[in-house]
Amino acid sequence: MAIRTQPVSINIGPQHPSTHGVFRLRVTFDGEVIIGLEPIFGYLHRGKEKLAEARTYTQFIPITDRADYLASMSNNWGYCLAVERLAGIELPERAEYIRVLVGEMMRISNHLMAVGFFLNDCGAFFTPLLYMYREREKLLDLFDMLCGQRLNYNYMRIGGVSQDLPVEFLPALKKFVQEMPGYIDEYEQLLTTNEILLARSKGVGVLSPEQAVNASVSGPVLRACGVEWDIRRADPYSIYPQLEFDIPTGIQGDTYDRFYLRIQEMRQSVRILQQAITGIEQLPHGVYRAHVLSLVRPPKGEVYSRIESPKGELGYYIVSDGGVSPWRCRMRGPSQLNLTALRDMVLGWKLADLIIILGSIDIVMGEVDR
Amino acid sequence: MTQPLSGKEVVARIQKQVPGAVLLADHGCIWVRPVTVAQVAQYLKEAPGMEMDYLNNLTAADYLDYLEVVYHLSSLKRNHSLTLKVQCWGPEEPEVPSVFHLWQGADLQERECYDMFGVRFVDHPNLKRILFWEGFEGHVLRKEYTG
Repeated sequence: MAIRTQPVSINIGPQHPSTHGVFRLRVTFDGEVIIGLEPIFGYLHRGKEKLAEARTYTQFIPITDRADYLASMSNNWGYCLAVERLAGIELPERAEYIRVLVGEMMRISNHLMAVGFFLNDCGAFFTPLLYMYREREKLLDLFDMLCGQRLNYNYMRIGGVSQDLPVEFLPALKKFVQEMPGYIDEYEQLLTTNEILLARSKGVGVLSPEQAVNASVSGPVLRACGVEWDIRRADPYSIYPQLEFDIPTGIQGDTYDRFYLRIQEMRQSVRILQQAITGIEQLPHGVYRAHVLSLVRPPKGEVYSRIESPKGELGYYIVSDGGVSPWRCRMRGPSQLNLTALRDMVLGWKLADLIIILGSIDIVMGEVDR
Repeated sequence: MTQPLSGKEVVARIQKQVPGAVLLADHGCIWVRPVTVAQVAQYLKEAPGMEMDYLNNLTAADYLDYLEVVYHLSSLKRNHSLTLKVQCWGPEEPEVPSVFHLWQGADLQERECYDMFGVRFVDHPNLKRILFWEGFEGHVLRKEYTG
């Protein structure tokens, strides 16, 4: 007699170490195989878009910090860039360089966390993660030097940044940039060709390029599918056209490719940092912020502006009615839309695979629920 | 650099396929009649030269007299973009055809738009609240909602 199984529904989360925040998944299993998945959102919804409508443009910057709290500089940047485009503000060159510096530092810091927690989910419990914390700590110290904060920086302003680089910043960053390639080699020695990691993640959670594009997936998850799409190149902003860097892509689009792609991107970020440091040293000290009234009133109109945040396409759609606060401010969080493809990736896999697939997308709930 | 398509050229092409769909055109932006959204979107996605394969962003804005649903489309292949807009008004929850069958990326965004603005996307397979709980009354991003 054949063994008959009944579909069983299981709740994962909202409080679960592998959901990276308060996120709930209702998963239906046939035996051990996933046959259905429904993500349930909203546990961290703080109504940021509504808050924007009751604040001036500048007052909203600290709230963008809280969206993707592992990459708050990028969020600041995305928002400020959108407002600057709407109001037609030109930035001093020094401000652009500072933004690229902190943006790429943020990318390294975010990818360290993404890779570390992914390995945590794989079962390499906290050993690799603590190596990554070691380097992230150095970056956080640098950010601390810059603005006195370690998580929610609130460093950028409309028209530039809040303060110039302190004297001790560039030497410390140079030291970090020198050391970082060695650290990345260390991770690669430990991980990239590790047999257990390969067995665990190769071929798991494959996403085809067509599916990924159709599901509005962006960032490392899209590039891991082999789509060479990076907004820093495709729709450049700031001084990225002057900088040399490669866009790494994956081959299969599985969880391993997403892991390895982030490692490669860190190397590229280090390359960008080196060039930006050389560039900023040739600039005079002083002007780090354009002359902008503290009560910015962009002219009537709207803008959709996007940047390549560490997690993907971070877009801001801002509508202005000419007043002191946005009429409508929409955040397009990359983590949320990357979750659209989660169902396609996990169907047919097992519970333990679901955990690593979710880990490989790299979500931050602050950005998903906003 | 992503080039916004010229609204006028796009309109000329759409008018042949879906007559009477476009109401207004601007640089990089077209306004279409609510009932024709799915047809126009399908044309934009499939027509050679357009190939809008990527839905960047789908949202809405409340302009007191009407709601405007905004689709930011782009083509990864050709690196150009177009904004598609629909103005809708009428009873409590205005209806707009869903584009879920064209871009899966519309799934969560249409649900969010329904949750926040109460725009009912017809033919969306799972249109229910996403960030607020079932049974919550009102749509918070409408200007009339004051908490």
